[in-house]
Amino acid sequence: MSVLAFDGVSYRYPGENFYILDQLSFSVEAGSFHCILGISGCGKSTIFRIINGLLQPKCGSISVDGAPIAGHKHYCGYMPQKDMLFPWRTIGENLALPMEIQGKYSKKEQRGRIDAALADVGLAGCRDKRPEELSGGMRQRAAFARTMLTGSDLLLLDEPFSALDFLTRISMQEWLLDQWQRHGKTILFITHDVEEALFLSSSVLVVEATPIRLLREIPVPLGYPRTRQDLARPDIVALREQLVGMLRKQVAQ
Amino acid sequence: MKKRGKGNLPALIMLFALLMLWQLGAMKVNAAYILPTPLQILQKLWELRAPLFTVHLPATMLVTLIGLVISLVLGLGLAILMDASPFWQKALYPVVVASQTIPTTALAPLFVLWFGYGIWSKVLVTVLITFFPITITVYDGLQSARVEMAELLLTYGATKRDIFLKIKVPCMLPYFFSAIKMAVPMSIIGAAIGEWLGAQSGLGYFSRRMMTQLDGAGVFAPIVLLSAVAMLAVGLVSLLEKKVVRWRGES
Repeated sequence: MSVLAFDGVSYRYPGENFYILDQLSFSVEAGSFHCILGISGCGKSTIFRIINGLLQPKCGSISVDGAPIAGHKHYCGYMPQKDMLFPWRTIGENLALPMEIQGKYSKKEQRGRIDAALADVGLAGCRDKRPEELSGGMRQRAAFARTMLTGSDLLLLDEPFSALDFLTRISMQEWLLDQWQRHGKTILFITHDVEEALFLSSSVLVVEATPIRLLREIPVPLGYPRTRQDLARPDIVALREQLVGMLRKQVAQ
Repeated sequence: MKKRGKGNLPALIMLFALLMLWQLGAMKVNAAYILPTPLQILQKLWELRAPLFTVHLPATMLVTLIGLVISLVLGLGLAILMDASPFWQKALYPVVVASQTIPTTALAPLFVLWFGYGIWSKVLVTVLITFFPITITVYDGLQSARVEMAELLLTYGATKRDIFLKIKVPCMLPYFFSAIKMAVPMSIIGAAIGEWLGAQSGLGYFSRRMMTQLDGAGVFAPIVLLSAVAMLAVGLVSLLEKKVVRWRGES
């Protein structure tokens, strides 16, 4: 069953004379992990901003769990590129934000859920720390825990690891796959890093051109759990070269 | 910040040296009615302690306090209005800036004519001097809130009120305290200027009365008191700030 479906969605930024999304249709099935792969500025973040309701499409419809998103609330958890932890709040208070706004839980319930979420992402004992006391990887894990606490089954992660150093990034990728397998969420993950896309996703959705008319779905022939050694398999290396070729064509233009 | 005492030592030495210089210079000039020595001023402060501390200091503090409260309400209100609505920002910002080009001290005698020798003419001078830095600084603080943070909260389903309380207010707080620290000494100066121009009590009025009696030390004594009170007030605000603001500047 598809958890998210785009049907003929178009969007044009005010002041621009072209549609950055043009009659885009695609769907994502429940419990999957897809990466949207594209070069910088191709419009992949626009797709997220339309899903989470920050932008309104000019035409077309978007449905989550079979119902149109208009009038829906809390159907997706959005994690922006920068961790966006509020520096004046402790880690625990940051994690409380989505629950404070939804107003569904008492203070005591919030606290219990925050402690559980922190333990789950390996940050037990960090509740009363301030964001600046945490390393980049820890901050991203805290931001991920906050996204999880939105309670949504669809997670939109917008290049969450792009600001991290290489070694932190690859360990965060492994950590994220582990989280995904344990919680059974549907994850859409934006990246411009071909290896990251191959390592994480069951199939890669490639942005081949701007305006975006379609997302080309390229399955990754690897099961889960997977390791980084799998990326060295000849078929994966060939696939990587194919994807790099697709992206480079756009940069050259 | 950690070694506060040590950090202030050079300033204390400098101050002491200047006071010594003043003391020696004034002793050389030997005309206490125009240039009293620091010791003479302290002596005068002690002699006049009863009227200064029981009558004139409370009068000035009352004007300062009322003026500051009005400035705060007005400044915060204007800042929030300008932040919330581009129309009001366009309409008010230039007017607020223009209001600062008015030489308040020159107009103050008129305020006395309008509002009399009572407290309100002084309060008006105080408000005119202090509401500007509060308005502009708090407005800057509200504007420093980052759009991405507001967007993140919007995806959680936040209302405008949520965004104001959870992002705007925390972003504005450090600016707010800077504004208060600026406004406190300015409001005291404003009150003293108001009293200089016409009053029945207050440290500014007292200083002026001593002037007419050619009592140099008597002119300085209330002024020294004013400075001390201003420093004390700023110190108290700084203490409060340390309790409330646990975060400063951009992340």
